[in-house]
Order: sequence, then structure tokens, then C-alpha cells
Amino acid sequence: MADTTVIHLPPDLLEGPAGKPMSYWQLVWWRLRRDKVTLGAASIIVLIVLAAVFAPYLTAYEPFQGSIRKRLLAIGSPGHVLGTDEQGRDMLTRLLYGGRMSLTVGVTPVCVALLVGSTLGILAGFTGKRVNMVIMRTMDIFYAFPSVLLAIAISGALGAGIGNTIVALSIVFTPPITRIAESVTTQVRAWEFMEAARVSGAGSLAIIRHHMIANVLAPIFVYASTLVSVSVILASGLSFLGLGASPPAPEWGLMLNTLRQSIYVNAWVPALPGVMIFITSMSFNLLSDGLRDAMDVRL
Amino acid sequence: MEAHGAILQVQSLRKYFPVRAGLFQTVQAQVKAVDGVSLHVQRGEILGLVGESGCGKSTLARLIQRLIEPDAGEVYFNAENILHLPQRALKPFYRQVQMVFQDPYSSLNPRLNIEDAVAFNARVHGDSRSVARTKAWEVLHKVGLHAEQFGRRYPHELSGGQRQRVNIARALVLQPKLVILDEPVSSLDKSVQAQILNLLQQLKDDLGLTYLFISHDLHVIEYLSDRVLVMYLGQIVEVGRAEDVSSQPLHPYTQALFASAPTMNPDDRLDHPPLTGDPPNPINPPSGCRFRTRCPHAMAVCETATPPLLPMGENSRQVACYLYTPQTEAGSVRSSVP
Repeated sequence: MADTTVIHLPPDLLEGPAGKPMSYWQLVWWRLRRDKVTLGAASIIVLIVLAAVFAPYLTAYEPFQGSIRKRLLAIGSPGHVLGTDEQGRDMLTRLLYGGRMSLTVGVTPVCVALLVGSTLGILAGFTGKRVNMVIMRTMDIFYAFPSVLLAIAISGALGAGIGNTIVALSIVFTPPITRIAESVTTQVRAWEFMEAARVSGAGSLAIIRHHMIANVLAPIFVYASTLVSVSVILASGLSFLGLGASPPAPEWGLMLNTLRQSIYVNAWVPALPGVMIFITSMSFNLLSDGLRDAMDVRL
Repeated sequence: MEAHGAILQVQSLRKYFPVRAGLFQTVQAQVKAVDGVSLHVQRGEILGLVGESGCGKSTLARLIQRLIEPDAGEVYFNAENILHLPQRALKPFYRQVQMVFQDPYSSLNPRLNIEDAVAFNARVHGDSRSVARTKAWEVLHKVGLHAEQFGRRYPHELSGGQRQRVNIARALVLQPKLVILDEPVSSLDKSVQAQILNLLQQLKDDLGLTYLFISHDLHVIEYLSDRVLVMYLGQIVEVGRAEDVSSQPLHPYTQALFASAPTMNPDDRLDHPPLTGDPPNPINPPSGCRFRTRCPHAMAVCETATPPLLPMGENSRQVACYLYTPQTEAGSVRSSVP
């Protein structure tokens, strides 16, 4: 069970709390609470999510309603805090509504890949050589393509649209999760308590449910959380290329595309969707780092 | 040797592990982990199995428990051949035969508290949550861990000795008849070892258990066992009562083992170790008697064929050595040894 990664944590994070016994998840939560950076990233994400959900209450404007007279107003113009885009639509409104789409397309594929990938990976790790070989070599075929290329290819084949983007990204993310799941399952299976569980007379399904899932889920979950930040960027990239959302949908990647020409007129407004993508992706990244540190508890 | 009243009988058990190498992962060699082992365990006794690391003791334990499928041989529990049972029919067998593992840490699920870990075994066999928990508390109490204090603790909050007690509790919650203990005290400090061994003895008396106790530590085996089996490189070389084997070891390997055991007496220091070198590779064991390459009494006959395990005197003593067979010259002298 030796883990060769060295994680430099401040000393007080290395020990747990004294006092009442804590389960693994309670311990993770206790450690997360004390990590300032992770808490900050989590709050930002919560803010973005809330802003996206309550967008209609936060602005007076409509995301599709624009006035040509008011195109490309600068940031800080009266009535438009973040300016307007090339069709005169309020940027703040577009960004808030865009959060809905970008978050959805960012998180959903990872959730789908988590479900499908974990199932396949645990199945591959738990059953015999032949099933393992079939599943893992199939995943290797997908793994051979660079993820961006694979996403573009699948998206292009399926056609434009948010739904197809979600499908494409789910396909892209399933093989890495399967690989992690299979690896962790194989490791956990070698631990003696798995033999002890077999000696109890339990069937394979009961053993997986009671003993394996809890131990295997944590590393898979940590890995999947790192994929969310990648997913947000990939989704925006696909929309930028025209393979995802189509105009006039307020999606951040698409907004980057349509605002491209306007850099010469107003340099800062076109950068705003990019800033939002950056903030969202970075926050998910930091959150997943913090999650990994909290979950890699040396028990 | 037919044994009546034996709770467990093993006949000519064999397990070879294939070594695969090369481009197409072809089988290049076989690791002869267990090669023709026969033994029986009498009801109510403690049978000690002693041998060096790598001699196949743990593999033998797992073969008996059917965690690994044997290549050949028979295993009878209560006169029923358990090797012929399909996997799903093994549940009642597991109720009767349980195992305590060596590593007290990795043999406990780090995500379960100990009362859940112990109760799991009971729930597998149909008990409801509350009944299983009650049973878990009772058996934890028997091993010296009070449920109010320890029940909700997690393995990482217990010491090695406490974890091993949990392992024992988990094995006993189903009230098995036979418990196979695979080096249960090898990872513990000496003082804790003594506590656990005494606990095991007490539990055996209270609950009427039978033990197959595996260890590489002679003192531990001597302390606890009624009868002793000595294993070398996948085969049994000597059998006998614990006091007989320790006072008068017959097989040269057993003699060397007992001579090598360190004592607390500084005057008893050895000039040179009785046994040198490492055991041969089980992939390619020596022909004939496997011990002949390290044996001080090796003869020409030892190369020819593996010496059979033959009875030697009374008290169910058995030795597999040409020194004691009547055919050889040396044997005809020594075969009169009781």
C-alpha cells in the first residue's frame, strides 16, 4: 500500500483531530475546512453557480435583446457595467446566462464519464483476464487520440449543438477514468481485507458494494474533479470553433468567437468571456487540488 | 494415513503457479508452491504448521480455505469433499471454517468501523442489522475490546494488537468450528504476541475451537500447538506432537530449525549457523529430497526420489527422510528410535 507521491502539507494538516473517532469522509471534510485556498476556490464556484441560476434576478436586461445603437460600449458605461457586445447586448447579462451553459457543458460530461468509466473500470478490475483485456484495450483505442482532437472529431461527426458536445466530451473523458478505476480496483483487490471478505462467504456483488466501492471511489473522484476544469476549457473551445453552441446562445466560448473582430474597436470587452472561462476553470482546478490533498489521508 | 475423528483432512494437495514470460506470455516454468501435502487436523487440537518464508504455508492455508483453487488433491471437511462444491454452495463451509490473516492493518477495511467490519460477516449469513450488531458486540467483548469504547473506532485508531483482536473477533462471529490462523502474531511486538496467544488459547477452550496455526516462529508454535507439522519447500518433512518434535527433532531440517532459534542465554551462542544459504528456488527444486543441498547428512539415495512421509514410532510421529527408512543402511540403525 506504499504511496510514493510526496505531498508537502503544513504540519497541522498531517494529523487529524484528537477526540471522537472520525470516519474517512468526516476526516476529509475536517481537512477541507482548514484549507484556505480550497475554500476560496469553492466559494468562487458557488458564486458563479448562484449567479448563473439567479441570473434573471440579477440583471434587468435580456441576453438576446440588443440595440445596434449601443454596440461595443466600453466597460463602465452608464447602464452597462461590463459594456455591450457587437450586437448591443449587455455583457454582464450574457456572461451570467452564459454561466449556465458553460457550467452545464463543463460538469455534465464528467459526471457521465464518472458513472460509465467507474462501472467499466471496476468491472475490468474485478473480473477475469479476458473481460479486463476487452475493456481496457477498447479504452486504449480512444486513449490513443489527443483529447482535443478526439473531441473535435466526434463533435464534427455528430454535428453542432450542446447535446452533441456533451456526448463528445463524455466519450473523451471515459477512457482516463476507466483506466484509473481499473488500476485502483486491482490494487484494492490485493489487500487482505478483500480476502477476508471472500472468506466470510459473501458474493462478489456484496463484496463490491460493502468493501470495494468506498475504497475505490475516492481516488476516482479526485481524478474526475481534475477533469472538470479541462472540460470547461474544452467545451468553450468547441463552441469557439463552432462545434458547440450556435449563435445567438450566450455561451462563453461562442462569445469569444463572435467578439473576435471587435478587438480593434474595444480591446477589453472581447476579453471578458475569456476571463470568465479562466476564473471558472482555475477555481475547479484549485478545488480539485485541495480535494486531492484532503482525500489522500495517510490512515 | 486415514484419521478418524478428523475435522479436516487434506490429501496430496498440489498447486503450481505458472511463470509467464516472453512475447506471447507463454508459460516458461512453474513455481511449485505446494507439492503433494497431506495432513489431518483432529477435532479440538491445535495443529501448528511451521516453515521458512516461502515454503508454501500461506498458499496451503488459502488452498484449504478455497481462496485459491488447487491443481490436484482432495480436501475433506467433516468428511465432505469441499473441492467438489460449486462456488455458491461454499457459504455453509465458510460458516464453519474461518481465517485470521497476518497483517493486522491491511486485513481490515479502512472505511468501516470495527463493529460494522465484524457485523458484516454475520449479515452475509442472513442476520438483520441489529442482530448482527449485537453478535459483533458480544464477540468483540470476548476478545477484550469493549464495544462502548471501541465499537465505533476505525482501524487507523487502533494499535496492532487491537487490530488483530478485531480480526479474531471477525473470524469468530459466525461461531466456526475450525479457524486457520496464518501467522497471526508475526507482525506484533513480543509482549503483544503473548497476550494474543493467551487470548487464542482461552477462546479455544471457551468456544471449543480447532486451530490450524501457521507460523515461522518456533517458540510461538511450541507454546501453543498440540501437534506440529514442519514444511519445507512445498512439502511436509516432519509430523509429531509438539513436545516430541521440540525435544527430539528427527528430520535434519527440523534439527537445524530448533538449533537456530535464538535463546536468551548468552552462553548458548553458536559458532556457525546450523543452516547456511537460502532455500532453493521453488521453480527448480533439487531432485529427490529437496533439502539435500543444505543437509549435513545427504547421501547418494537422497538424489533419486523424494523420501515419503513414513510413520516413525508411536504418537503419530512421521518423518520424510532416508535416514530413517529401513532400506538404507543408516536407516536400519535409526528406525528403532521411538
